[in-house]
Amino acid sequence: MPRGPDGDHGVVSHPTSLPRRATRARRGRVLGGVCRGIAEHLGWPVESVRAAFLLSVLAGGFGLVLYAAYWAWLPIDDSDDSSAEPSTEGRDLAGVLGLGALAVGVVLLLSTRGVDVTGSWSVPLLLVAVGVAVLWRQSDDSRRAALLADVGASARVTTQTAVRRSIPRILLGLALVLLGVLGVLASQGDLAASLRGLAAALLALAGLALVLLPFVLGWWRDLAAERRARIRSEERAEIAAQVHDSVLQTLTLIQRSAHDPDEVTRLARSEERALRRWLYAPVGDPGATLVAALETEIADVESTYACVVELVHVGDVARDDRVDALVAAAREAVVNAAKHAGGTVSVYVECGETGIEVFVRDRGQGFDPEAVPEDRLGLRESVHARMARVGGSVRVRSEPGSGTEVSLALPAPLGVRSWT
Amino acid sequence: MSDLPDHDRGGAAALRVVLVDDHRLFRAGVRSEIGGRVDVVGEAGDVDEAIAVIHHTRPDVVLLDVHLPGGGGRAVLDSCTADLPEVRFLALSVSDAADDVIGVVRGGARGYVTKAISADDLVDAVRRVADGDAVFSPRLAGFVLDAFSTGTVAEDADEALDSLSPREREVMRLIARGYTYREVAKDLVLSVKTVETHVSAVLRKLQLSNRHELAKWAAARHLV
Repeated sequence: MPRGPDGDHGVVSHPTSLPRRATRARRGRVLGGVCRGIAEHLGWPVESVRAAFLLSVLAGGFGLVLYAAYWAWLPIDDSDDSSAEPSTEGRDLAGVLGLGALAVGVVLLLSTRGVDVTGSWSVPLLLVAVGVAVLWRQSDDSRRAALLADVGASARVTTQTAVRRSIPRILLGLALVLLGVLGVLASQGDLAASLRGLAAALLALAGLALVLLPFVLGWWRDLAAERRARIRSEERAEIAAQVHDSVLQTLTLIQRSAHDPDEVTRLARSEERALRRWLYAPVGDPGATLVAALETEIADVESTYACVVELVHVGDVARDDRVDALVAAAREAVVNAAKHAGGTVSVYVECGETGIEVFVRDRGQGFDPEAVPEDRLGLRESVHARMARVGGSVRVRSEPGSGTEVSLALPAPLGVRSWT
Repeated sequence: MSDLPDHDRGGAAALRVVLVDDHRLFRAGVRSEIGGRVDVVGEAGDVDEAIAVIHHTRPDVVLLDVHLPGGGGRAVLDSCTADLPEVRFLALSVSDAADDVIGVVRGGARGYVTKAISADDLVDAVRRVADGDAVFSPRLAGFVLDAFSTGTVAEDADEALDSLSPREREVMRLIARGYTYREVAKDLVLSVKTVETHVSAVLRKLQLSNRHELAKWAAARHLV
């Protein structure tokens, strides 16, 4: 995927670089994320934006209107990683409190401006407001759920459960609005007449719904079908890109170097490895464990030195500084084996309760470890020194004629019973 | 490769081998590599064909691909091992997945080697399997150690099946490190025959044990 140079101050660069728009933040918000979104857009501290809004509320409620407008029209920020979202429970509570505070503020504001807040119509109006707020927040959340579902494998299932979960809140919002409207009508006196009117309106709505239902269902189905087709074509495009970048290129190279068996083997081997990783590798951070890191290093050595390295492992551990040192030392040992012995190099990794052991064995000429000249620092410096620095040890076994085996041992740190 | 000593045992009849693999090119490659030293009496590209060819030719050794159209190598084993106990199977696969490999070994294969194996090693492995020994590649040894990794030292006969003896563990570790049987024998100061005995014992445990991990692997592929 072509990835242009990053835009201004480290903003995530999307494949299609749109001009930056203000958005509503999904993280670190109190109400709708308007203040934080604006603050992030302008690069101001969020507190000052919030203060500005609060002050403008005092200016005849202007801030309230502005906030509502922003809430309605600013899109949700969908670029950030929503998996890092804090638990929704706390935020919901904060949202309810915020809405409550907003409502109290409205009431106070109106009362200071001489409006009779105890009037019979003000409570129903408040109900309508709360109902609308609930509905709006709901549409926020379901959009987010849909966004999340887009990236998930089980998109359909996720969306369905999200919809099912959101139904009570939608009903609650509708009920509040309806109750409020009824209240307003009732406060105007003629409840019976207004009920009749309401019934007529509902009947009309129901009729309209019946007429429109087939169309809406059709649209919905089309939308779903289009979405499926889009997902499929994206997958296809990804596979095509992968095949083109790797397999086809390698096949071309192999045809061109058909006269050189070593080169063909090397190409085939590295392609096999890449394809295997792409097909079977677990999703997630590819280099998070000892074995994954070692696999990467080995692949690199294999393609550099045209040798075959067979990695067998029992257990695995997460990476840390010591493990990284072990990986680096093992890489040096493999490089040594590849350079001086060639052929097949066997690497065996065992992670147990007492520590990690790595064995690198080749079937080369072998050498007399005692007779290695001081200036051949490869093994001594890079392997011995690295291991010594992290409290590990190295043993080299070699006899002329029967290959060489380098054993690296890294004891488990004190206090850790098991690394696996 | 050709400068290695020839393993043919003074005039003994060449071993009769059937190749089962769904890739024709691969079969042709194996045939041309080992055809001079063993007698390839049949080939098959899927499960039904394989069952028919094996019953018809009754070879000494079947080189069996783990992944086959029509049920996999396991299906071939299931319908041949009971009728033809004298036919030995050696699994040959590019698969790295432990459950596939363990599945065919539990199904009766006497060993597992990867397709990257050299022709000499493959001929050697065929001979070993024909002799009734087990053939453990480093990778299979790694799987075995993994599967038996939490094993404690056995205290009675029942448990003995579910764990490796310290000696067997040592042997497996050396094989995983890339040692040949001969090198293992030298390292542990044993005879090659003793090493073979240990490896065969491990194979038996692998096939008969109901260890949790093995059962899990098998259950995941409906192989119990």
